[in-house]
Amino acid sequence: MIKQHVFVWDPTPSNSSAVYNYLVKKVNERDLGESIEVYRSTYIGLTSGTPIIRILPKNIIYTKFEQEDLGEIFESIVSDEVVDRFICEYDAKLAPVSERDKQSKQFKIVLRNVGYLDPESIEEYISRGGYKALEKAIFEMDPDRVIKEIKDSGLRGRGGGGFSTGLKWELTRKEPGAEKFVICNADEGDPGAYMDRAVLEGDPHTIVEGMAIGAYAVGCKEGFIYVRAEYPLAIERLEKAISDAKKYGLLGDNILGSEFSFNLELRWGAGAFVCGEETALMASIEGKRGNPKPRPPFPSQSGLWKKPSFINNVETWANIPPIVEKGSGWFSSIGVGRSKGTKVFAVTGKVKDPGLIEVPMGTTFREIVYDLCGGILDNKKFKAVQTGGPSGGVIPEKFIDMSVDYETLMSIGSMMGSGGLIVMDQSDCMVDVNKFYLQFSVDESCGKCAPCRIGGKQLLDLISKITDGKGDKKDIQKIKNISNAMQKASLCALGQTTPNPVLSAMHYFEEEYMEHISDKKCRTGKCSNLVQYMIIPEKCIGCTACALKCPVKCISGEKKKPHIIDQKFCIKCGECFNACKFNAIVRG
Amino acid sequence: MNDIIKIFIDGREIEACQGEKILDAALRNNINIPNLCYDKKLSCTGSCRMCIVSIEDRPVNVPACSTVVENGMKIIAFNDKLEAERKVILDLILSMHNDDCINCVKDGSCDLQDLAFRYDLGRGKRTFHPMWGDAAEYSDSSSQVLNYDATKCIQCQKCIKACQEIQGKGILTLENRGIEAVVSTGYNQWSDSKCDGCGECAQVCPVGALTMKFVYTDGKRFRDKDISKITGTTCPYCGVGCQLDVHTNSENQIIKVTGSESLPNLGSTCVKGRFGLQYSGHKERLKSPMIRRGNSLVECSWNEALAFTAEKLKEIKSIHGGADMIAGMSSARCTNEDNYLFQKFMRTVIGTNNVDHCARICHGSTVASMLTSLGSGAMTNAIADFEKADVIFVTGSNTTETHPVIATAIKRAVLNNNARLIVADPRKIDLVRYAAVWMKQKNGTDIALANGLIHVILKESLQKDDFIKNRTEGFEELKKSVEKYTPEYVEKITGVPADKIIEAARIYGTAQRASIAWTMGITQHACGTDNVTALTNLAVITGNIGREGTGLNPLRGQNNVQGACDMGAQWDSYPGYFQVENETAKNRFESLWKTKLSSKNGIPLTEIMDAVLEGRLKSLYIMGENPAVSEPDLNHTVEALKSLDLLIVQDIFLNETAQYAHVVFPAASALEKNGTFTNTERRVIPVRKVLNMPGQAKEDWEIIQDLAAGMGYFWNYRSWEDIMKEINLVVPQYSGITPERINKGELIQWPCPDSKHPGTSILHGEKFTRGKALLQAVEHIPPAEETSEEYPFVLSTGRNLFHYHTGTMTRKSIALNSFCSDPYFEMNEDDMRELAINEGEKVKILSRRGEIIISARSSKRVEKENLFLPFHFAEAAANMLTINALDPKSKMAELKVCAVNIKRL
Repeated sequence: MIKQHVFVWDPTPSNSSAVYNYLVKKVNERDLGESIEVYRSTYIGLTSGTPIIRILPKNIIYTKFEQEDLGEIFESIVSDEVVDRFICEYDAKLAPVSERDKQSKQFKIVLRNVGYLDPESIEEYISRGGYKALEKAIFEMDPDRVIKEIKDSGLRGRGGGGFSTGLKWELTRKEPGAEKFVICNADEGDPGAYMDRAVLEGDPHTIVEGMAIGAYAVGCKEGFIYVRAEYPLAIERLEKAISDAKKYGLLGDNILGSEFSFNLELRWGAGAFVCGEETALMASIEGKRGNPKPRPPFPSQSGLWKKPSFINNVETWANIPPIVEKGSGWFSSIGVGRSKGTKVFAVTGKVKDPGLIEVPMGTTFREIVYDLCGGILDNKKFKAVQTGGPSGGVIPEKFIDMSVDYETLMSIGSMMGSGGLIVMDQSDCMVDVNKFYLQFSVDESCGKCAPCRIGGKQLLDLISKITDGKGDKKDIQKIKNISNAMQKASLCALGQTTPNPVLSAMHYFEEEYMEHISDKKCRTGKCSNLVQYMIIPEKCIGCTACALKCPVKCISGEKKKPHIIDQKFCIKCGECFNACKFNAIVRG
Repeated sequence: MNDIIKIFIDGREIEACQGEKILDAALRNNINIPNLCYDKKLSCTGSCRMCIVSIEDRPVNVPACSTVVENGMKIIAFNDKLEAERKVILDLILSMHNDDCINCVKDGSCDLQDLAFRYDLGRGKRTFHPMWGDAAEYSDSSSQVLNYDATKCIQCQKCIKACQEIQGKGILTLENRGIEAVVSTGYNQWSDSKCDGCGECAQVCPVGALTMKFVYTDGKRFRDKDISKITGTTCPYCGVGCQLDVHTNSENQIIKVTGSESLPNLGSTCVKGRFGLQYSGHKERLKSPMIRRGNSLVECSWNEALAFTAEKLKEIKSIHGGADMIAGMSSARCTNEDNYLFQKFMRTVIGTNNVDHCARICHGSTVASMLTSLGSGAMTNAIADFEKADVIFVTGSNTTETHPVIATAIKRAVLNNNARLIVADPRKIDLVRYAAVWMKQKNGTDIALANGLIHVILKESLQKDDFIKNRTEGFEELKKSVEKYTPEYVEKITGVPADKIIEAARIYGTAQRASIAWTMGITQHACGTDNVTALTNLAVITGNIGREGTGLNPLRGQNNVQGACDMGAQWDSYPGYFQVENETAKNRFESLWKTKLSSKNGIPLTEIMDAVLEGRLKSLYIMGENPAVSEPDLNHTVEALKSLDLLIVQDIFLNETAQYAHVVFPAASALEKNGTFTNTERRVIPVRKVLNMPGQAKEDWEIIQDLAAGMGYFWNYRSWEDIMKEINLVVPQYSGITPERINKGELIQWPCPDSKHPGTSILHGEKFTRGKALLQAVEHIPPAEETSEEYPFVLSTGRNLFHYHTGTMTRKSIALNSFCSDPYFEMNEDDMRELAINEGEKVKILSRRGEIIISARSSKRVEKENLFLPFHFAEAAANMLTINALDPKSKMAELKVCAVNIKRL
């Protein structure tokens, strides 16, 4: 019998996963270790609030089960059977490995291994062609050739900036000095984004291999992976990957018997978003407060410990081994315009089927939202999509057929960002969404430079004023002034991009903004201070549905008689509004 | 040095240096680009963003403070767009600044106030609502000397950088993120931190956020505009010779002290210099001459005091050999002019060479050793050279506390220039934190250690053979003598592991520019002279002398100990180090001073008390010294002072020594007189009158001149300048250091042979003062007193940062006392546990000579069975315990090692 590989993903912390623990216990009890192996897995492309079990090689995915179904699931694995009622409905994102599936519209380069191999087994990685690219680079290519290959591939930084990766390598290689550093930025922090986490947890060796290739090309003996401490499983797996790679002679001195030596170390981030900014990240590795530094000098000139350094994010690194292996021509044939290859997105928000997808550059938002993520939740109307997280902008419906690539996104006031994609429907208030992102940016501002430190807070206060119904038209100019100063004068990208969501929302949803200011109205009801829920006595039949739903019990009335909302205690959650089947509750 | 290139700012062509920042070039050309976080002395922060400029053909604005100029660069510094953006940023900054200017000590001298005015951003003109109120919870006034008002802080980080990059301390940091970011020590409150109160941070703060407490005016606040005069003078404490700007108001009261932006301190001070000058106006100052009537001293007139003294001196002098029965203690605290006149008084008016001062128990051994081996006993290089060294070897010097501002230079060398620091010290002193190697030798084993280093260097052929061949003599003997000092042998003597000795030797031996610095840990030993000789050998064989960044650098302890030695306040030499026993020298001075001189060496300071008790001395004239606390073996000293026929004390306070005086002269303090000091790097620096003298006090030189007149010698010096002119003639090293040049603000290092000469920063450049350097073999000698069963602890004495010498000045400062006010000694925490002594518990320390009662402080700095005792406190005087074992070559007392025991009370 073929060995069954069971991957368990559980939203609860991995070491306390009841599903994982149950299956492992069962395997041990029945002494089935030879035929069934259970792994703690990473995201496999699905976002679900509940645990997921994936069984290879058949690629069976169970999502619709409860704790008490585990026994049945276990027995089905033992007998190599499939239980249909547990199977996941949306499997569109679970594309076959590596080659483009027309139907799914996905194309997996970065995520090629994620969910398909045991991330803790270097043997499995190698058996799937892992470390071949490193071998090829060291023995068949000189460093300049590697850099040329990366340059020619058109690969651009996937962290959001979109700078040519090959050019960055070349600049660092050209800097004088024997000591240079290579860094992996694994401090993923945009709200709702978990692309890098998937790779780190699901395919850590690809990062190790990519970095070793980069180190070889640029001439580094040492590298660092800066990974956020909030990813304990990623840390655990990276540590194992590094130590296994050392055992196999794929890291350390004289890699694969060559002259090339390279050591890799982990550094933990301590929860500061700004440490994803490269100069702050390097300060943090040095043990200093993670504050950005003015550039120039650029890291390629004076980076970590003032030595030439280059830094790429996880997704960029994951692209390196396939490019080296298959060549720049293969890679540059994927994508559109100056945006080559694929992009991984974490799609969240109001879609039916949120999750992680990898699509070729040039795919449209419509394809992503409707074809890959099942469309808008509850079949509501699409309103906008936010790319680039708190640094990006909002894209309105009129651009839903725009191609997703660096240039197009910039041209419509947003940015690629690292891959967070939040879909909004008509019930989302754009001003409220802005407030959310601003709050995030204000919380995460390091406080070093004045425009970001103070400007962000003033912006937030102004937006809050508007959502509180206290805004006036002058505030629009103030917002524009602050935004301009922040964009032009902030020290790092965090401050420079903080106003982006506001500016793009004010541009595309000006009407909605003005409603808040002039009419003191929020059409979605999200801005609670602008909303009042009232029961129209004529329409209310006294069904008590609203009163039962009200979390603060401020709706009263006798059965079958019109009810009343006590405005003093109403928290404007809208539950009553949604509960009423007779249109007796109005939002005003 | 740097290439000059052309740049254009707003169309105007200006010259800039390759590598400099746009802002530097602009400000130099009076193009006043606004800025708040920029300071030329600090690395670029780029946080205020006020200096953003555009560069033609570049898409984004850049900060002028961090962008390097390029040839032909076309910069737009001012246009409507940039100015509008700046105004918004300034408006934002003002929304986080408590602009209570009307009640702010920085009113009128605040960079932010100036910019707000420039951009017309008064309260009524601002756009954004004030948000600074929440910051109040982070304000912190717990520091003894500083106040932090978080509501005024603009997070420019100058204070943080000054603490790290100038002071090398790194006490301050930003705490919290974003809008809540504030300056913090990282501790609960400022006073819990390691901040030692140097005040560098407050000096750079551009607004009223970090300010100095008003320690000089009992907390009464003054603004810069209330200051009527700023006097540049020299700090009256250690030998660094920091140039201070003393700010006084119209009532001649000190308001505050800042560091002058000049050599040697470049704006820095330590806590004593900035906050410790209260002694000058202290109520206990001597205001009138005093004379002994029975058991008490009573005030009298100058005439009476001088006449009594002159008569008495004449009386003693008139007996046979009487001149030599009078001795004078001159003072390293007094000016060159005072010292010159004092020794001239002793030599010409009294007719004896019995004149000496505390250098004897300071760097007497250094001078003795280096005069012999090199021909000059002074620091060979400048303080600024520490920052040019790639290796610094500090031994027997807790520089952080004894020479705080020099310590900052050493720390900067390590932190900013990657210099490697070697520390040899029995204690884990602060500098150990910065050291590449720390050698923890046993007290009194320095010769063995230095010989061990030389041994390794020779064994590994790291010596400079050419230099040895051309510029030294005695190498073969030295080589032979260090043969037995193998690392293993040295480990046995010193306790320093052999591999550390080898590591240190390699670091020192392979340096391009290595500097050695030492203080009393080397000199205050019965083998002090040999200790210095061993270090000299080390520097010379590696050629680390006579060049920038190298040298043998004894850090002189007192503000003018160098000058007092130069002025000949020494038992064996005239001004300019002419030996008194040398006939030619005697003739020279007889013709200069037009009088007969004694050809006999005088009695050195450390033998004076013995001589008194033996009846060889009947009178002592003590100017500005306090031997009743500072001499080793105090019981012995006090006994001697009591037995004198005439004790003349000339001081600013009625100190412990004055209790035994027959006559007391009130003198002016360093803040009340004019003249010069010579700092540790041989730099002649000005002393300028800041305050008025109390009562009838007079400048020391005037008192000496008056006393000479009473003795029938009528000198006619009208000012310090008159005396300096004579010094120019008498002391060859000072020939060109004229009063005119000093008054012009020139700070010249001797030797300076003529009035055109710029002075000499580095000695022994082309050749050694004595021709060739003499390498002398020296052998390890165990300390005079070793521990025994009865006295099992080794006691070492030294300074504490917050006090100075016998504490007569510093202990009058409330600010300094708030850091440390009472006597204590440091003891290893394990020893304390074993003896069940509690923190702060008063115990008795006993030696063969005396005992004191003092509280114990547990410390990680001292080794087991070692004690460290600061000597500032008369009520628990360290010197009750110390031994008067003398170095035969320099008459130095072994203050650094004696055996003691501890008893619980």
